[in-house]
Amino acid sequence: MPLVKDGQPVENTWVTLGDGDAVPADGAIIVTLARWTADKDALSTRTAPVGVEVPGTTPAADLAADLGRLGVIAIRFPIFRDGRGFSLARDLRERHGYGGEIRAVGHTLPDQYQFLIRCGFSTVEPPDGKDPALWAAAYRSITVAYQASIGEETPLGLLRRRFVGS
Amino acid sequence: MTHHATQPTAPANAPAHAGIYRYDAVDRQFVAERVAQFRDQVQRRLSGVLSEEEFRPLRLMNGLYLQLHAYMLRIAIPYGTLTGQQLRALAGIGRRYDKGYGHFTTRQNLQFNWIRLEDTPDILEALGAVDMHAIQTSGNCIRNVTTDQFAGVAADAVADPRVYAEILRQWSTLHPEFTFLPRKFKIAIIAGDHDRAVIRAHDVGVKVKTNEAGAIGFEVYVGGGLGRSPFLGQKTRDWVDEQDLIAYLEAVLRVYNRLGRRDNIYKARIKILLHQTGLAKFTEMVEEEFASLRGPRYHLDPAIVAEIRRHFAPPPYDDLAETAVDAVPGTAFARWLETNVAAHRQPGYAAVTVSLKPAGGIPGDATSDQMEVVADLADRFSFGEVRVTHAQNLVLPHVRRADLAEVFAALDAAGLGAANVGTIADIIACPGLDYCSLANARSIPLAQELSRRFADPERQKAIGDVSIKMSGCINACGHHHVASIGVLGVDKHGKEAYQLTLGGDPTLNAAIGDLLGPAMAEEEVADAVEKVVDLYLARREPGERFNDTLARLGRAAFKETVYAAG
Ligand code: HEM
Ligand code: SF4
Repeated sequence: MPLVKDGQPVENTWVTLGDGDAVPADGAIIVTLARWTADKDALSTRTAPVGVEVPGTTPAADLAADLGRLGVIAIRFPIFRDGRGFSLARDLRERHGYGGEIRAVGHTLPDQYQFLIRCGFSTVEPPDGKDPALWAAAYRSITVAYQASIGEETPLGLLRRRFVGS
Repeated sequence: MTHHATQPTAPANAPAHAGIYRYDAVDRQFVAERVAQFRDQVQRRLSGVLSEEEFRPLRLMNGLYLQLHAYMLRIAIPYGTLTGQQLRALAGIGRRYDKGYGHFTTRQNLQFNWIRLEDTPDILEALGAVDMHAIQTSGNCIRNVTTDQFAGVAADAVADPRVYAEILRQWSTLHPEFTFLPRKFKIAIIAGDHDRAVIRAHDVGVKVKTNEAGAIGFEVYVGGGLGRSPFLGQKTRDWVDEQDLIAYLEAVLRVYNRLGRRDNIYKARIKILLHQTGLAKFTEMVEEEFASLRGPRYHLDPAIVAEIRRHFAPPPYDDLAETAVDAVPGTAFARWLETNVAAHRQPGYAAVTVSLKPAGGIPGDATSDQMEVVADLADRFSFGEVRVTHAQNLVLPHVRRADLAEVFAALDAAGLGAANVGTIADIIACPGLDYCSLANARSIPLAQELSRRFADPERQKAIGDVSIKMSGCINACGHHHVASIGVLGVDKHGKEAYQLTLGGDPTLNAAIGDLLGPAMAEEEVADAVEKVVDLYLARREPGERFNDTLARLGRAAFKETVYAAG
């Protein structure tokens, strides 16, 4: 499945492993949180980057100690209505200073794309069968934002709000 | 994107002084983009690209509900303040796209009940032309912030709560993190001891106050809410510095977003989270979050507060002496002065409440013609400003006392002269089974019947400030829990039936009314309400208020009267 980044389709260079799948010798991989917790030391000795997929219910604090070793954190949305992933991403960025890729996987809507970006997501994996072009169209549909957000580091905007992504 | 946002332009003849937040180019751009986005979403729905399940949250984010007979569009009236020009635009929309009327609600909003999906983008565009929209009037997001209808007018307030309501409106608009919460989230704000916004029945209630040094801060209540399990908000903080308002609310919202229940929609409100975790633990989690959020990034800059305060500067009042108004005792005008006219902090002025509760009328309904009358009166006599109250009335906030007779005559001629604000005839009622797909029973016909029964001004006066509030189901949109006498529609073996609750109180001493007894049929309700009122009149001590009599006599006495055979 291609990803969407900055409104453009990009290739997904990461392979997501199930818990039973063998770990390949090289290539970037994404593992479950359970596998990461059990095997993190072994997984970290590989030269290729490793990432973890977590549900939105995961407390950011549970990942805090490992952030330096994780190349991507994929946050899964079971359904677009479940907004916990937004808080998790923001917590990882703002409170824990995570600078790597945060990816939205699972069920999201293009209409949520700007919210995702503003909470610190870098990439989105559109749900199966959904056209990435819809995300491209949504990327700049609203150019005004009223709150401080990830990527806008100045104090709370309100009247000084800026235009998103421009 | 199939449509481009139309170039936003300033509305023609925007009143210079009405105390609304006047949009700038950026705000207009935002609303125009949002209309274009919704037009596109409607297109995608009509062409089948979006499923109803996917479209639903998007339409709800734009205030569009699917009701029993048609779509219902709920229009945001931020903190219940609008200009005469905006009200005129609403009248026009009602005439063109609805059946010539609209319904003002307990959320200080306006609902149109007969809307076609295809028309909604055009309606939103017409709203955008007068700096209005329907964003976040529905859905699991932060809803329209409500406040005191006498904001900026009441002498008992320490500040104008609209300043902070507007800050919260901007902050919560398309909030990236808090737009897919477990459930809806309602914030109300006041700035004095007299609570006209029922803040303790909201997810978050804010009371603006000052300390000894004269600095502004906020007292915060969390976890109020009516509905199936009513709770009163509990104080989580006695003082939040002005600069930390946003940080503190972000902390509350983040705790809620992360931990609020998502497995059961009836348990998803923050009131349940607070109840289940307990106040101490909940407060501790909020404080922990707040400590991490507090700081320069989340500071509310005093310059911004000052800039927004400028929008709510008092209008250019005339320098008047306090004037007595002549009225012949016993006339309708004299009565109206007593009930519908409130004190104003500016000498020579008064705040006029326009009752939308004529005897036999539908609470909160106004025809397009009536809206235009009020809009014109606002422009002529009230600096172009109108307010909507949570009790489903309108307010002309700044009328010269010398003009009151003329204003009353014009209102009366339009069927808007009912002199019953704050009386038992000032009934709150939700749309009920006449419109609402969730209803168990109708509220409207019963509200009409009760308003006829209590139409006599002398009797209203004798009864005093006893309130009747009706909801067509347990969701409590009509605030029945906080009424002296609440009427709740229930389903009894497939038939519409009603229960009474007694002893609710919407003020800062808030109380939830108690159920009186078994459900009764529609024909029995008005008699039952009269029996309750009559017992109160017969047994009260001089000056005693309804809830005090109720407490003194006990509920059993009232129950006995209502359910006594024959
Ligand atoms: C006609 C369509 C409407 C629908 C489908 C609807 C739906 C609901 C539902 C489901 C609740 C319960 C929420 C909960 O307990 O979590 C609720 C509460 C409420 N609604 Fe409505 N409502 C409608 C109309 C209105 C109207 C017309 C008003 C204003 C008159 C209103 C104001 C409120 C208020 C004040 C509450 C209770 C306060 C609270 O949120 O706890 N609603 N509504
Ligand atoms: S209280 Fe029930 S019947 Fe009345 S509007 Fe709300 S959901 Fe509908």
